[in-house]
Amino acid sequence: MKKFLCLVSVVLICVLSIVPAFATESKDYSHLKGTEINVYNWGEYISDGADDTLDVNALFEEETGIKVNYTTFDSNENMYNKLKSGGADYDIVIPSDYMIERLIAEELVQKIDFSNIPNYSNILDEYKNLYFDPNNEYSVPYNVGMVGVIYNTKVVEGEPDSWSLMWDEQYSGQIMNFNNPRDAFATAQWYAGLDINSTDGADWGKAYELLKAQKPLVQSYVMDEVYNKMESGEAAICAYYAGDFLSMYDNNPDLAFYYPKEGTNIFVDSICIPTSSQNKEAAELYINFLLREDVALANAEYICYATPNKTVINNDDYSFKGNEILYPTKEGMPVTNYFHHLDSQTQLMMTSLWDNLKIDGNENTGIYIGLISFCVVSLALVIFVKVRQKIRASYYD
Amino acid sequence: MNKKNLFRQKLCAAPHLVWSAIFIVVPLIMVAYYSFTNADGEFTLENIYRLSDYTDTFLRSLWYGIVATLICLVIAYPLAYIISQMKVKVQTTMMMLVMIPMWMNFLIRTYAWMNILEDSGIINKLLSLLGMEPVHMINTGGAVILGMVYNFLPYMILPIYTVLAKLDRSLIEAAQDLGAGKVRVFSKVVFPLSVSGVVSGITMVFVPSVSTFYISQKLGGGTFALIGDVIEMQFQVSNNFNFGAALSLVLMVLILICMAFMNKFSSSEDVGGGMVL
Repeated sequence: MKKFLCLVSVVLICVLSIVPAFATESKDYSHLKGTEINVYNWGEYISDGADDTLDVNALFEEETGIKVNYTTFDSNENMYNKLKSGGADYDIVIPSDYMIERLIAEELVQKIDFSNIPNYSNILDEYKNLYFDPNNEYSVPYNVGMVGVIYNTKVVEGEPDSWSLMWDEQYSGQIMNFNNPRDAFATAQWYAGLDINSTDGADWGKAYELLKAQKPLVQSYVMDEVYNKMESGEAAICAYYAGDFLSMYDNNPDLAFYYPKEGTNIFVDSICIPTSSQNKEAAELYINFLLREDVALANAEYICYATPNKTVINNDDYSFKGNEILYPTKEGMPVTNYFHHLDSQTQLMMTSLWDNLKIDGNENTGIYIGLISFCVVSLALVIFVKVRQKIRASYYD
Repeated sequence: MNKKNLFRQKLCAAPHLVWSAIFIVVPLIMVAYYSFTNADGEFTLENIYRLSDYTDTFLRSLWYGIVATLICLVIAYPLAYIISQMKVKVQTTMMMLVMIPMWMNFLIRTYAWMNILEDSGIINKLLSLLGMEPVHMINTGGAVILGMVYNFLPYMILPIYTVLAKLDRSLIEAAQDLGAGKVRVFSKVVFPLSVSGVVSGITMVFVPSVSTFYISQKLGGGTFALIGDVIEMQFQVSNNFNFGAALSLVLMVLILICMAFMNKFSSSEDVGGGMVL
């Protein structure tokens, strides 16, 4: 973290926040005082007051008197399971694009009353009317990101620009890929020029062959461990999210990042209100609050992902203003595509291919021999004990 | 009076029975139900057929579980025995030392092992300081088994220690009076009497080892999968509860078979050794 810049921006935010807090709240929300909202978000995905940052939820509670019950999830699928099972009532969830598509189709999220969210005008037009919510009824963009390749300049020669770096035998044992089938397959699909949302088995087969060819070069399949391994230099090449690269770069300036020329996937995490929400009005107030310049700026600084909020992007206090990794220029912008929700058949195919990948290439004969000899030894022991028992019993006859 | 007592006994057991019914029996029935149905709730055997693709994964998990359990046993038994022979005050301190690592979260301890075993980790840095060749340890089966042994060792030490500490010393003295040497006292008296501790230790190490997923992900580098990983993925990634349930069911059955085998082994050993209890 750029501690100093953070500190400066926090001070500025604190000063700024007092003014708009009173200015924008034209509607009377005093009757919501004392109520609660349940917010369900990704882990590490809100400015929480650590390291002198702004505590967004505390500020909301202070301003509105509405209590925020904040819980986190670590995957869209986990969030979906919780929401679907109805075990808990959430008023705010922040899933990614393809999951929102599914939630809308299954009527698990409800339409938002945008008249209660005047700050929606802060959102860039390019993040409105996205494929999963074409009429802008259900979701409000929160963060945007793209996957790219991170590499260690001390190990990798030249300036790579293609996914092929992740298949380069020269760097065998230094490469890492996602330990999650959708993202891992996407790297192979982009490399081979296939559609990441293909439903064609042959396409997935081709991507599988690529991953299989890559496996001997792969040091490990990782998710959160990626930070440690890239920062310490344990591994030299991996695919990960652009925003996370920036936090790694703070700890290891030898790292570099690029968007592969073949293209890459883009995601948008958007705020939604589940159908089961008990306090929709407060939820909308919360969404509006998150879009407010000072709050969005604090979040953008903390999360390090690109924000769709134009008041932040144009803010001179924003330390990532004009950052070409988060906000590529037109020339630097790669070809992108969003993940779509896969039908259950394709999903099944993907996971079994993934399991095959994990099984593939492992030497199993040692295990067979070991298991068989273990069985033989233990059987022999049982027989030995039984026989001895019989012999002893015969003494008493 | 007997009737009254019986009623009281039942009343006392009621909370436990209700607890077991809600949190053990009902979930087990749900696991079985999910295993034999598809996403629409119709009866199907498809989940069971699919299991054959995972034979290697099952065998690998079983093998790792067995190896980890055996290593735990080899380390834990002498340790528990030595501790049980110490002065009572020292014993409590030693047991404290065994327990202390368990106060820290299991996930954090495993994550720490990742940093220790890495090619650029603590051990290899030490080795290179001493001018020795680095050893590749992380992302291998050995690292996973090490993780299992490290994490589950206390569960082996505790039950064995408890049995050995409670051992009736007069039995040992009797054996010595009858002329048994050290080795004989151990093999004919001490060990047979401690088998119950060994069996519960084996159960407590084997079951979590076979079904673990976190250790294999962090220390195995995700290059191979154990059955716990496959089950986890069915729930977390594919949302395929039915197949995940089928895998869990088979895992449970496998563990039950192993346990039944173990119990047979131990009960016959008890008789053979002349268990007094």
